[in-house]
Amino acid sequence: MTAFLKLLFRNRLAAMGAVVLTAILILVLITPLLPLQNPDATATADRFKRPFTEGYLLGTDHLGRDLASRLLHGTRLSLAVGVVAALIAATIGSAIGIVAGYFGGRTDNIIMRGVDMLMAFPYILLALAIVAALGPGLMNALIAVAAVNVPFFARNIRGITVGLAGREFIDAARLAGMGHTRIILTELLPNVLPVIIIAMSTTVGWMILETAGLSFLGLGSQPPQADLGSMLGEARSALISHPHTSIVPGIMIFLIVMSINLLGDGVRDALDPRLRSGALSRPRATTLVERAGDIPAATDDLLAIQNLETQFHVGKRIYRAVGGVSLAVKPGECLGVIGESGSGKSVTALSVMGLVASPPGVITGGAVRFQGEDLIGAPYESLRRKRGDRVAYIFQDPLSTLHPLYRVGEQLAEAIRSHHKLGKAEGRARAVQLLKDVRIPNAESRIDDYPHEMSGGMRQRVGIAMALANEPDVIIADEPTTALDVTVQAQILSLLDDLRRERGLAIIFITHDFGVVAQLCDRVAVMYAGRIVEEGPTRAVLDAPAHPYTRRLIACVPELGGGRRALAAIPGLPPAVDDLPSGCAFAPRCDKARESCRAGDIPLAGTHPRAVRCLYPEEAV
Amino acid sequence: MGGYILKRLISAIPVLLGITIIVFLIMSLIPGDPATAILGSYATPENVAKINRDLGLDKPLVQRYFIWLSNMLTGDFGRSYSLNRPVIDEVLERFNATLILAGTAFVLCSVLGILAGVVSAARQYGFADKAITFVVLIGISVPSFFLGMMMILLFAVNLRWLPVSGMFAIYGGGDLPDLIRHLIMPSLALAAVATGVIARLSRSAMLEVLRQDYIRTARAKGVHERRVIMDHALRAAMVSIIPVLGIQAGFVLSGAVYIEIVFQWPGVGRMLVDAILTRDLLLVQGGVVFVAACYVMFNIAVDVAQGLLDPRIKT
Amino acid sequence: MPALRIENLAKTFPLKKPLFGAAAPGVRAVRPVSFDVETGETLGVVGESGCGKSTLARMLVGLLEPTEGHIEIEGRALDTADPAAFGKLIQYVFQDPNSSLNPRKTIRQVMEAPLKRLHRMPRPERDARISEIFASVNLREEFLDRYPHEFSGGQAQRIGIARALAANPRIMILDEPVSALDVSVQAQVLNLLADLKEKFGLTYLFITHDLAVVEAVSDRIVVLYFGSVVEIGKAESIFANPRHPYTKLLADSAPVVGRPLTAPEQKGSELPDPLNPPPGCAFAGRCPRATDLCRTHVPELREMGEDQLAACHHPIED
Repeated sequence: MTAFLKLLFRNRLAAMGAVVLTAILILVLITPLLPLQNPDATATADRFKRPFTEGYLLGTDHLGRDLASRLLHGTRLSLAVGVVAALIAATIGSAIGIVAGYFGGRTDNIIMRGVDMLMAFPYILLALAIVAALGPGLMNALIAVAAVNVPFFARNIRGITVGLAGREFIDAARLAGMGHTRIILTELLPNVLPVIIIAMSTTVGWMILETAGLSFLGLGSQPPQADLGSMLGEARSALISHPHTSIVPGIMIFLIVMSINLLGDGVRDALDPRLRSGALSRPRATTLVERAGDIPAATDDLLAIQNLETQFHVGKRIYRAVGGVSLAVKPGECLGVIGESGSGKSVTALSVMGLVASPPGVITGGAVRFQGEDLIGAPYESLRRKRGDRVAYIFQDPLSTLHPLYRVGEQLAEAIRSHHKLGKAEGRARAVQLLKDVRIPNAESRIDDYPHEMSGGMRQRVGIAMALANEPDVIIADEPTTALDVTVQAQILSLLDDLRRERGLAIIFITHDFGVVAQLCDRVAVMYAGRIVEEGPTRAVLDAPAHPYTRRLIACVPELGGGRRALAAIPGLPPAVDDLPSGCAFAPRCDKARESCRAGDIPLAGTHPRAVRCLYPEEAV
Repeated sequence: MGGYILKRLISAIPVLLGITIIVFLIMSLIPGDPATAILGSYATPENVAKINRDLGLDKPLVQRYFIWLSNMLTGDFGRSYSLNRPVIDEVLERFNATLILAGTAFVLCSVLGILAGVVSAARQYGFADKAITFVVLIGISVPSFFLGMMMILLFAVNLRWLPVSGMFAIYGGGDLPDLIRHLIMPSLALAAVATGVIARLSRSAMLEVLRQDYIRTARAKGVHERRVIMDHALRAAMVSIIPVLGIQAGFVLSGAVYIEIVFQWPGVGRMLVDAILTRDLLLVQGGVVFVAACYVMFNIAVDVAQGLLDPRIKT
Repeated sequence: MPALRIENLAKTFPLKKPLFGAAAPGVRAVRPVSFDVETGETLGVVGESGCGKSTLARMLVGLLEPTEGHIEIEGRALDTADPAAFGKLIQYVFQDPNSSLNPRKTIRQVMEAPLKRLHRMPRPERDARISEIFASVNLREEFLDRYPHEFSGGQAQRIGIARALAANPRIMILDEPVSALDVSVQAQVLNLLADLKEKFGLTYLFITHDLAVVEAVSDRIVVLYFGSVVEIGKAESIFANPRHPYTKLLADSAPVVGRPLTAPEQKGSELPDPLNPPPGCAFAGRCPRATDLCRTHVPELREMGEDQLAACHHPIED
């Protein structure tokens, strides 16, 4: 709770809203204690007094009633009615939504049909019909406003509930012997509650407006009782001659609604974990670069990653995702980068062309050189010209990486068109040829498919075709087969292997699978906690791993044909990259670790082509 | 596509029937005797009996509903007691005025809202984003009727740029420029809230889309950033913006009631409020059903637009 | 008496009735499947995405009602969709450990639910039992008052296993229990599962897509394709001597260190369309040995060699 309030008030606008709203609430609560005139006492002799007249702080209205007193009493009424309407609507609507979403099927169908019917009305028609039937009056206006908002809550909460009801912890609760009522109350409700609170805090202002609106039309509070809406309604006829009678209640409504909206947005931001982690930031076109230190000199490699450092800055925390990685590929070579999740292998790959999402990603050191030219910090246009043209990417999940609303042919043609002039017919012909190159059957007809109409394997072939479109020099493949079934994976791997031999492509292949590395890559680099711990020719590294981590990781992997057995495991967990130990990051899990391992930085050393970052390696390299 | 449109049209039939049932049920909630309410001080027993007979109120509820429904299907919405003319004539005439006002406001809020949202998202945390967020916040917090009144004070009374109210000038008006001059203030006041809501939603939809993997793919292909935003991202964001446009159209139509009162616009909203205050229930009933039906048809158009945009829907 | 016996268990998901015309026959996620799991055995179930392995698992714990067939646990028939009735006999360990824990409950609350609801255990007994289980899955008791988001994937999966154990079941369904984990952690969990089985005399049904893992942990293995069992055999021999061409394709596709890269299959690798299933063997479209017989007649599962069954008209001979 205190964490929530802290988060809430860190948002300055929300704090401002809270201050204004609290001031209004205090004023309204002590209204009966204040030395105010009777809000309904008329004094026709004193009508339309201007504000700041003696005895009337805000002046008087057309019947000579004290505006200040009427304003405070009206605010009391408006706030009370709006909040009560919101509570009623939220309670009934959420109950309906949870029941529909949890039980699903026919229950859901019938309830949601009814909700859809109610939502088929522009809301005021429904409110007007209810008021017409029940007759004008503040209570009836409250009922009308609550009723028209029930469907909004029901639909909103149902959507959330459906998502939660499909989660595995609900199944787990059923397997633990819990009944439906208990599951709804103890499993679902605590998870839905924040959403209900968010929905309420963002709509209560709106409901105050709506009740004020009905009163403005003369359908809500009836004279002499006045809420803010009816004050404004009564003042309208004197708008031109005595504008203050309109402006006073109008500004009050505005202040209330705005402060509630500000506070509501703050509550939403503080309660929504996605927003909390800053995930709703827009990634820039290229990764932010804040390089300190020397920039390494050029080499004659085709693509060289030199001492690259990429970090994520989240609040005050700094995650050193990549902590000084150097890699290089030559034409026709396939370099594997292997590591567990969080080892920094994907971030390394994305840093090459400035594709790490930023914020929060920042490249803080090193260089990436393509044919000697440094790409880090290069102007946007020069980086863009190389993206997809000289260095192309293949990503992991082909369903989420292809645009769902464009045909695959259009997406392929666009890849070419971003770098070369291309006519419509020619673009289509090129796209067909590309699909044929990646062995998609019936290329002429599949080119008009949307990504969702293809299977996972076919989609990944499109992903590869897109990477090949401009005949790049380097392809960076980031776990391209992880989301695929094993039979499909075998085909994709053999396709990639053929393509690189035919075209002399350099490939950087990111994976967590030793089997894949062994079959495809010439060289391999092993990453742990953002650094390379070992590298060398694939066979050499797999046959005689030098780093204890590599050796033990290989031992963990069950291999087909090994029969039934107990597997070796590495105790403990990889370190969090915002809190790296000094010295070797693997030391806390390593049975060979000594004091010296924890002392200071350990260099990557060895005789070319092998290298290891260990003081006591398994093999001398 | 034709099949999809047909399917949506057919699926509208139960919704339309549902609307008539809901309206009918609400109207039959009326406490006391509607005939007495209609006649007021003229409520002699003979008159009450005659009205009950005329309105078919002496028959059972279900039968009354079907009589009312079949009459409506033949275009007979009954006769307005307060205006002494057929309900449908009055509604059609008034709805025309509302359509001009609400239609203009809808186009305004869609275009301005989406534009503001896109700019805001593309320049997240920049000056434009902050300025837009601020204006939008004011827009969604100020009651449209109050905004309208303040506009009248400023632009009509003080600056004398625009006419105070009405749809046409009483003397010498009636042409298009005259209509436009009368339309500016009410349509802007009406569009304000919806513009704010659409702008906020477009901004968050764009931000959500810009984080997606396919945007990274587009950038990795070397697609120019302008095209990434205006083409790849906006198209995907429209998938979540379009349904909100449908909902906001309902809000614009609703807000029109207030604006018509403030600006003395001869629309259907003002008619409904007057009808409620004079207890002209047949006029209320007919007006509500007619406008709601039009809104349902509009939402079908929205659905079809959504289907055209998103190939995953047409199944 | 086997620990678990299923007979002709099948699940068809009905399709929405179209506006015009009759309803389509529905998607047959699991075609009639029969097999036994002996007490103390680990039966591996392997198959690719869409083969129906998760649907099968959900039926076995009562989360999904079978369209036809019988489930028998230690001689007791359990054919209804009532997880509470199943819970004491058979429990489930989920694939995604984080999604299987309610983010707003402490681990103690999670652990107590099965003890309270299934066994009506009073408080002191519950505490003792939880301590005992936590000790056996190597988790510290101080974790009990924390919330799920504080745990890593491997720890959360151990909590998931502990919860399943709390119900004191005879059988555990392990649905891809290590797929979401890194290899170094995966081995920890697999070894823990093996220890627990020994200690509590459990029977496992181990569902996975990973051939190497399933081979390492199972006694026997069932291979599923398109909702049907295509082959059953001993773990040590089924991939070395497959009878069914699909089993062979799977085994040849798995990337193995030291084996050169080959694409074992050059034809399209698409699964048949579930809305329009082929009349004969579902694998015929991809099978190099397929004949007209395969394309018209569904092969039955039959004995082929010792302890090995395959559903193929033209099985691979030695």
